[in-house]
Amino acid sequence: MAKVFVSAVVDAPAAEVWTLIRDFNGLPGWLPAATESRIEQNARPDQIGCVRNFSLRDGGRIRERLLGLSDFDFSMTYEILESPMGVEDYVATLRLFPVTDGDRSYVEWTAEFGCPPAREAELVNLIGRNVFLGGLRALQTRFTRR
Amino acid sequence: MSRVVRLSESTVIDAPIEAIWPLIRDFNSHATWHPAIAASRIEAGEAGDIVGAVRVFQLGDGSRLREQLIALSDRERQLTYCLLEAPLPLMDYVATMRLRPVTEGGRTFLTWESRFRPPEDQAERLSRLVRDDIYRAGFRALQARFGQAGMGAGPPALAIVPAATPMASTFVPHAEAPAEGGPRSTPGNSPAHWTVLRGGADYVGTAPQDEFVGMGRPVPSAPRSTERFASSGAIEARAIVVPRYGGAEVMEARVVSVPPPGPGEVRIRHTAIGVNFIDIYCRTGFFRLLTPPDVPGMEAAGIVTDAGEGVAHLRPGDRVVYACEPVGAYAEARTMAATLVMPLPDDIDDETAAAIFLKGVSAEFLLHRVHRVEAGETLLIHAAAGGIGMLLCEWASALGCRVIGTVSSEAKAAHAARAGCAEVIVHAREDFVAAVARLTGGRGVDVVYDGVGAETFAGSLKALAERGHLVSFGQASGPVGSSDIGALAAKSATISRPNFGHYTADPVLLRGMAERLFEALRRGVIRPTIDARLPLAEAAEAHRRLESRANIGAIVLIP
Repeated sequence: MAKVFVSAVVDAPAAEVWTLIRDFNGLPGWLPAATESRIEQNARPDQIGCVRNFSLRDGGRIRERLLGLSDFDFSMTYEILESPMGVEDYVATLRLFPVTDGDRSYVEWTAEFGCPPAREAELVNLIGRNVFLGGLRALQTRFTRR
Repeated sequence: MSRVVRLSESTVIDAPIEAIWPLIRDFNSHATWHPAIAASRIEAGEAGDIVGAVRVFQLGDGSRLREQLIALSDRERQLTYCLLEAPLPLMDYVATMRLRPVTEGGRTFLTWESRFRPPEDQAERLSRLVRDDIYRAGFRALQARFGQAGMGAGPPALAIVPAATPMASTFVPHAEAPAEGGPRSTPGNSPAHWTVLRGGADYVGTAPQDEFVGMGRPVPSAPRSTERFASSGAIEARAIVVPRYGGAEVMEARVVSVPPPGPGEVRIRHTAIGVNFIDIYCRTGFFRLLTPPDVPGMEAAGIVTDAGEGVAHLRPGDRVVYACEPVGAYAEARTMAATLVMPLPDDIDDETAAAIFLKGVSAEFLLHRVHRVEAGETLLIHAAAGGIGMLLCEWASALGCRVIGTVSSEAKAAHAARAGCAEVIVHAREDFVAAVARLTGGRGVDVVYDGVGAETFAGSLKALAERGHLVSFGQASGPVGSSDIGALAAKSATISRPNFGHYTADPVLLRGMAERLFEALRRGVIRPTIDARLPLAEAAEAHRRLESRANIGAIVLIP
């Protein structure tokens, strides 16, 4: 299994950051890699099992199913159903923790997936850097205080 | 049934998780980094990463607690412990510390959470105490230790900030060195009065406080002193007394009675007194080398005023220096066995001697007796900017060795380089085992001097070349635990575990070591720096400075 782990500190209270990222249909609102998104079959974006269908800036499409959402833990877990990346058993979790010292947030985005060994480094870099890190940096920029 | 209180505090530390976790995962390390902890040890001498281990520790006020490690995970980088004994009613207290890496910026997210069941009427006070004095104070200490200037808001830094790992080594005579650290006490408050320590308090001292405190550096052999010390009976001397184990603030200035020397003894008027970490362990009661009420201190320089019967090597008027048991150096004068009191050459000044004798003699036997270092050998010296580390680096490089030093921060790297390190490894930036392999072309080093202990011991063994020698002379970060001797065969390694007392108890050997040390000082091979000269009455301030690790050089007290 390949693993991706990316984390960052965002300068805003966890509840505030969570309001933005808990929307399973809201990726284009903050993730640079995503353009438009919809939830299939008119489901609500916080209904466990719903599927989001969104486009990547490079034109690819991804379908992901929401496996878990916790307003208590500020966490969201989902799996990929279809994507152009060629990954298997892809499960990712996006989780927020409050940093009480300074009332900030720690954001952690992790994923595990299977792929041919030869492609692992390339995929880890693509997902970790282009998607996750790009997203966390966008959150940092968006929530910069002062 | 009282309600359960839950606390959750978190912060971000400006250092990679790899630098912080080795410190946190050692259950005995808190004395080295948490300001509330004066001293700590693991019961039964066990290692700090054994689940079930019990740490017994003291706070700055002398109170004693016991806590048990009930879970530890290197995968989650998390440890959980519970309170077994405490002076406060923190019933059912269970706490967890967890580290998570902040990959963006190479920092660490630290959470410290707990639950406990305090009595209803004390819930608020105890919650605040645990949150502020334990968790938040710990956060601040870690941030300071790992070089974080400010905290709180502001965009996260993207640069990886160098971080500290081990602390300066302590070399402790006659005893196992525990983790370093100490209480944070209220600043200031010099002793305001003198009382007499002479069995019962039958005399209230007359020495006015302002005279003593304001004295600064005294005029050597002032007439008044000569008069007082020429006495053949008991004399009175101002001294610092530990009346009970505790923080720096417990130390009191008193007038003590100094008896005339008996057979084999000398009476010494001190001119400069060395301050060492072992004095703090004596004060807190962590080492039972001092039974209150008594005068701390194990290192000083001075002048012999009287010599007892049978003392051949010293006469009244001789300048002397010593570093040995028993305690009693924090005084204007004392009477002690003459055996380990060494004559001080004319060209070595009192303050230098008092500042360096203990560490210098240690460096002498580490480099010349435990291992006889030779020109061309490659040495790895941990905590190279620490007190003894710098001496080792200076001396070994002068002997023609190639010295690789390890330090915890960039700031300390400069000190280590000045002390003669050909290469300096900053722990936070690079794993020292890998760095040694890189610097030696995979060969390893001939000798490792490791006073850090738990955090470095395994790596030190890995860093050895074939037939290399690991000299484990301290355990500032915790005990090294037990090792498999068979594993040494992998490179025919040798391990030494020297004890100060065993190398310095023979006066003939000690004389030779002292002479070599003085010669090294004369030739400028070692260049001790004295950070502060404080009046004896300010011993508490000296301890606070040592405990805060604010100083690089030595501190001496001037009576």
